[in-house]
Amino acid sequence: MEAIEKANALAVERILTSDPVLIDVMPARDVVPGLKDGMILHAGPPIEWDRMCGPMKGAITGIAVYEGWASDLADAEAKAAAGDFEFHPNHHFDCVGPMTGMTTVSQPMLVVENRTFGNRAYCAINEGLGKVMRFGGNDAEVLDRLRWLRDDFGPALGGAIRHNGGLELKNIIARGLTMGDEMHQRNVACSGLTLRALAPAMAETATDNAVLAKALAFIAGNDQFFLNIAMAMGKSMTDAARGIDGSSIVTSMSRNGTDFGVRVSGTGDQWFVAPVEMPEGLYFPGYSEADANPDMGDSAIVETIGLGGFAMGASPAVAGFVGAGSASDAGNFTRAMGEITAAESPEWTIPAMDYLGVPTGIDIRLVVDTGLAPTINTGIAHRKPGIGQVGAGVVKAPMECFTQALAAFADRMGVS
Amino acid sequence: MSDAIKDLLAGPVKVVNIGLEGFEAELSAQDVEVVQVDWSPPAGGDPKLADLLSKLGA
Repeated sequence: MEAIEKANALAVERILTSDPVLIDVMPARDVVPGLKDGMILHAGPPIEWDRMCGPMKGAITGIAVYEGWASDLADAEAKAAAGDFEFHPNHHFDCVGPMTGMTTVSQPMLVVENRTFGNRAYCAINEGLGKVMRFGGNDAEVLDRLRWLRDDFGPALGGAIRHNGGLELKNIIARGLTMGDEMHQRNVACSGLTLRALAPAMAETATDNAVLAKALAFIAGNDQFFLNIAMAMGKSMTDAARGIDGSSIVTSMSRNGTDFGVRVSGTGDQWFVAPVEMPEGLYFPGYSEADANPDMGDSAIVETIGLGGFAMGASPAVAGFVGAGSASDAGNFTRAMGEITAAESPEWTIPAMDYLGVPTGIDIRLVVDTGLAPTINTGIAHRKPGIGQVGAGVVKAPMECFTQALAAFADRMGVS
Repeated sequence: MSDAIKDLLAGPVKVVNIGLEGFEAELSAQDVEVVQVDWSPPAGGDPKLADLLSKLGA
């Protein structure tokens, strides 16, 4: 159908011609449109308290204490169950967040502007590994780290970014792909490149050497620091492709630990939801599948723009880390995702695959036709709140989301 | 049986198996060289979805 091909060409062109730039770090209250006190944004499609998984509930009680909306975790849980807080998906507020994906008014947000189209997207700062809120952590150590990010680190990072006039992200991704990152489960190179780009400006703008030293060490000690930047970048790029009549290109894939949700350009902001699947992967010593929480987080936004599982061929080390097979198998994931996408990126290429461009623009028609579900690289959270990451693996987007989306899309197109 | 068929079966068999992996596995177990092609019916064989896909130009 020619109208669909034209609409998809436009959607993919908007993704590929996006120019995402990290421009600032600002309190969510000041930059996220419509965000208010008492509102808690979470990863994935809409969900109510009763259906939330353990880590999500743990993060919500923690963030309520952090914001001063509850005296302690028990009080927060009672208030959440009583309906005292408003829960909304990050995606409804131009935001994304990894794993539980907590976004509230006083958190410092990475601000990425898509300079081609003028839209902005936001993501909180990556907290590091171990016991962190994105995996449901909510004790004093977790909350103290969030306060430090809010009071010291966020302002220091934002000052450096502004001093530099922003950080252009497309080049960093291009270089990261040549250095073995796929920007979901491996961000070692891009985190290092970001530190290299911002450290001089952080020193230049620092007012307190102790804060500077701790801030530099924080970035240097977190291989996944760049993930949240990549996610805000991805959101800014796919938002530019939203709402194109006749387009069957996916604009969001996201999970809340209970449901997996997909949104498609040509069907507006409707979610197509199915039960989320369990990741298959490798577990850290002492943990097993019995400990794992179902798949969770807005981080599949990176697959939506051709990175993560779609760029596995760039990152043989990740194929081993997530239990996806040998180094030579890594390229097969990328080739398979080429079967369900509309284009190859001309700028983000994989040297080990003869500079193949990463597969970009998931077409729901191709997903349903081939039966190939999008492959997502993911961290695995413990099913109990507060323990943290217990492994890493690969998860498939549920095919049911795409069959639902196809039916709704056909209806919109007047096809039955 | 035609000469062509006789010639085909006289030498080592060359097999390309499309779809069901069980056939490939059985032949491989008997040391027959097989090239496996991953294939499944459009839309997993669901006729309604296949019809929609056809109308949507997939």
